[in-house]
Amino acid sequence: MRLFGEYQGSSFTELLASTRSLALPVAPQSTATGAPPGAIDARLSIPHGTTVLGLKFAGGVVMAGDRLATEGYRVASRDIQKVFATDDHSLMAIAGAAGPAIEMARLLRVELEHYEKIEGEPLEVEGKANKLSQMIRQNLPAAMQGLVVVPIFAGYDKRRMVGRVWKFDVTGGRYEETEFETTGSGGLYAKESLKKSWRPDASREDAMRFALEALMAAADEDRGTGGVDTVRGIYPNIFVCDAGGIDETPAERVAELHRELVAARQRR
Amino acid sequence: MSLPFYVSPEQVMQDKAEYARKGIGRGKSIVTVEYDTGILLMAENPSASLSKIGEIYDRIAFAGVGKFSEFDQLRKLGVRYADVKGYSYSREDVRGKALANAYSQAIGDAFTRELKPLEVEIIVAEVGDPRLAGHEKNAIYRVQFDGSISDHQGYCVIGGASESLQAHLQSSYRPEMPLGDCARLGRQALARATNGEAKIPLQNLEVCVLERQRPGRKFRRLSADELRGILDA
Repeated sequence: MRLFGEYQGSSFTELLASTRSLALPVAPQSTATGAPPGAIDARLSIPHGTTVLGLKFAGGVVMAGDRLATEGYRVASRDIQKVFATDDHSLMAIAGAAGPAIEMARLLRVELEHYEKIEGEPLEVEGKANKLSQMIRQNLPAAMQGLVVVPIFAGYDKRRMVGRVWKFDVTGGRYEETEFETTGSGGLYAKESLKKSWRPDASREDAMRFALEALMAAADEDRGTGGVDTVRGIYPNIFVCDAGGIDETPAERVAELHRELVAARQRR
Repeated sequence: MSLPFYVSPEQVMQDKAEYARKGIGRGKSIVTVEYDTGILLMAENPSASLSKIGEIYDRIAFAGVGKFSEFDQLRKLGVRYADVKGYSYSREDVRGKALANAYSQAIGDAFTRELKPLEVEIIVAEVGDPRLAGHEKNAIYRVQFDGSISDHQGYCVIGGASESLQAHLQSSYRPEMPLGDCARLGRQALARATNGEAKIPLQNLEVCVLERQRPGRKFRRLSADELRGILDA
């Protein structure tokens, strides 16, 4: 009785590896001429993602990201998505090389769904974060050549009834944050903004406001981060994850929040 | 020296089929019924944790009767098949027909090659999506222990008393019934299989639906409370 080799486990990534499918993302091998690590040709100009953040509020977590992707000094895309729902109760925000990062988000989504279907119940939020850290570790050879993927992961912990946020490093190191985390080229500015605004008792609406404010601050200082584009109607993606699941904030609502923030600033 | 005795292939197949039929006949039945906005799968199952019905993919569900370990293994194989295909190509490329064919091959192969046939009978149900041109129609496939495959419209029964249940559904089923009517019909049909029992208690029913209007993953397991609400409505 064989539809799929001998693999018996619950992991989709391992299943894919056991079938030796070409669909599994693999790290590029260094060339026979022995190109040193870090020698991805600059002319290849890979699109890069920029400012994303995740912050906790009372009862959940908010994750947001700008929409700009750049290739060197050029705009690669004005409306790229950098925040992804990986299942009903978890979110992943990507920064770094867009191609491998988006693929990693897609793979994680299938991985979590696959586990849930095979086992009959979903992974705990910590298990999901751990799985992502393994994927980042797999990507280490590619990261050494410049294709760095450093996401933020956030989810709602159904056992403890709180939102949780993790950051990662290129080696797959996984660090849980107690308040918020930002990453990407404009991450530093976003973090400075959140440092001033964030409160542990922030409501859902507050958290959305803090997130947008932080992204605006990053877009102000960092050329690689996209701001609010009122001409084309492109707004940052803001996702909320709490006990009820995941809500993507509609663009109209983000536009409204943006208008309020601008009005408040003009009054100063 | 003992002579190896001759058994005709016909006899071997007959014995295997009889063995498999016996195994399946001992088990309880599962009914699958199309309703106006989806497909309902209903099993009599006293266990709350060992499910007979499961999710395969966005629009595809699985149901199995017979030996639990065998059909659960088939369910997992289906999930693996669907997830690899959907990841390699696109989610819309995962179709019930291809999956049912793969099952038919695998089960048929086991029937001819192995000494012991699989004591299972399964259903692959695929709900149509009105938003996808060419994928609007529902499909229900039944695969038997020897790999023989058939497709069904409206309703399908597998398991022990499938013939009498099928007859009951044939006389009472109407196309485009709402979910509540279908659930009541399914419960009545299952009750016919259990001798004398007028109504199957709710906690012994495992009920799942493929809901056409749901975005993404259309499979949903109904809780006892939800089921009560639907049956009473």
